[in-house]
Amino acid sequence: MKKRLFVKGNEAVAMGAIEAGCRYYFGYPITPQNDIPEYMSREMPRVGGCFIQAESEVAAINMVLGAGAAGGRVMTSSSGPGISLKAEGISFMAGSEVPAVIVNIQRPGPGLGGIDVSQADYFQAVKGAGHGGYHLVVLAPHSVQELYDLTMLAFDLADRYRMPALVLGDAMLGQMKEALMPHPYQAPEDLPRKDWAVTGKHGRAKGNAVKSLYLGDGELEAHNWHLHAKYARLRENEVRYEATGLDDAELILTAFGGGARIVKTAIAMARREGLKVGLIRPVTVYPFPAEIYRKATERTPKVLCVELNNGQMVEDVRLSSAPGADVRFYGRPGGTGSLPNPEEIFEQICKHYKD
Amino acid sequence: MASNVQTVFQRPSALKEVPTHYCAGCHHGTVHRLVAEAIDQLGAQQQTIGIGSVGCSVLLYDYFDIDVVEAPHGRAPAVATGVKHVHPDSVVFTYQGDGDLAAIGTAEIIHAANRGELITVIFLNNTTYGMTGGQMAPTTLPGQVTTTSPYGRDVTTEGHPIRMAELLAMLGGTGFSARVAVDTPKRAIEAGRTILKAFEMQKKKQGFAFVEVLGACPTNWGMSAIDANARVEKEMMDFFPLGVYKDVTADGESNVFKTV
Repeated sequence: MKKRLFVKGNEAVAMGAIEAGCRYYFGYPITPQNDIPEYMSREMPRVGGCFIQAESEVAAINMVLGAGAAGGRVMTSSSGPGISLKAEGISFMAGSEVPAVIVNIQRPGPGLGGIDVSQADYFQAVKGAGHGGYHLVVLAPHSVQELYDLTMLAFDLADRYRMPALVLGDAMLGQMKEALMPHPYQAPEDLPRKDWAVTGKHGRAKGNAVKSLYLGDGELEAHNWHLHAKYARLRENEVRYEATGLDDAELILTAFGGGARIVKTAIAMARREGLKVGLIRPVTVYPFPAEIYRKATERTPKVLCVELNNGQMVEDVRLSSAPGADVRFYGRPGGTGSLPNPEEIFEQICKHYKD
Repeated sequence: MASNVQTVFQRPSALKEVPTHYCAGCHHGTVHRLVAEAIDQLGAQQQTIGIGSVGCSVLLYDYFDIDVVEAPHGRAPAVATGVKHVHPDSVVFTYQGDGDLAAIGTAEIIHAANRGELITVIFLNNTTYGMTGGQMAPTTLPGQVTTTSPYGRDVTTEGHPIRMAELLAMLGGTGFSARVAVDTPKRAIEAGRTILKAFEMQKKKQGFAFVEVLGACPTNWGMSAIDANARVEKEMMDFFPLGVYKDVTADGESNVFKTV
């Protein structure tokens, strides 16, 4: 039996990736995710993999595009400003259906912003950072264990749906140490073969083209409907969330990722005081778990969405909740001294519980 | 009689039997053919992966009978890097124009060369942005009129044309860097040999290999095909001299083409 390890979140991402068979990593330094490229630079050669520190985030994501198009399991990681630079490549990968895993260990913004805890990149992650109207699978871990587990899952979802998947962490999760139970990766048996990948023809009748340009009459529209059908399948089959205490809840708290850790502590404080508070924590923020919000708010209309930003996921919560639901928001944007503690969230619970 | 008929010239196997969209007098078609011939001569059609770029040559996959990835504008050398590391025994080449390679993709080409990526880069320099309609390129010659340098390129405000073959020759990872032209049959034959050499070096793992081809763009130069072809020698070669700027396999002194 494998031992429990005491591991930093960023390293858990890298460990999960290598365990899941990732053998190509291309990245560029940026705080607070540097442990990931550092780990990869050390461990990739030991497993026969490839690590390249690219000249820019732009180059890194295009190396990812190439390796993914060639059929490799490939990953890159960065933080907000770097993800902005990768947005062009991510759009091309979405358009040309290249599977890969992208990790964003968020920091506060906009611009250079800061280097501490924030969830300011929710919109960037789930609404499409790049041009053209596409979606990524977006997984939002809230613990070191989940950083490990969901990174593995991200590779499978990317391969199954032939699209990029994004792991949305943050500086808190990336930089904290926590117990991790490593476990062997088991590839799902029904993952589709990558017969579309560029390998050299090797006797194939037709060359494979991995591309996103469609100029023929109606071709691009057909391609876009094909992509959107895929997103519909994701919404059908891949929604994941955690929900607790909804049966008797008078107030539903909702939060994702690192923010949900603080909320969980605050909910425990509230429950000790006899307040009936439930929780919905999306694990996939795309596909968004819309159904559970609709059902839960039919019974309990009052929702408090807590985010480490100025209000982003709350828009999806409002869109998903039952008509007439009373969706409120509390958040702070991040930056030094801008991380709410559980007591602060508990105060908010008390306030919104009453009025 | 029939038994005496020999095929002495035919379409390269790596090229599809389709008409291209290129304008009359454009040199892309010739360069496509030379690349396809090199792939054939190496016997590498089944192992070759081409990386298309953004510009007139974006439809690479329509013309080459090989696997192709379409790269974002300027990023082909990075995409090629990713492909090559997944399939190290494949033959990977990028095919890029001057806007793509020498402007928006400057970082990617320099660092792919400097890392010594084992890829072959074919660079068609026609001193203009062809597909977008003849705007100023990083290789536009001093005084040259384009749609965004309507008074002629003024080097005091718009900078100087970039000599990529010379620039890349200075980098440690570059195994081969040359500039050729295809405006005469003789030069086209020499260009073919040079391109083949750049592919052979990849197979022999002798470093990053780069071939700049001076090309004509009659449409955006506002010239007849014949005049545009003549401009390559008359105006371009002074600023962009043909020759081999680096060849790590050569003995002693490098060899500027004797024929030019």
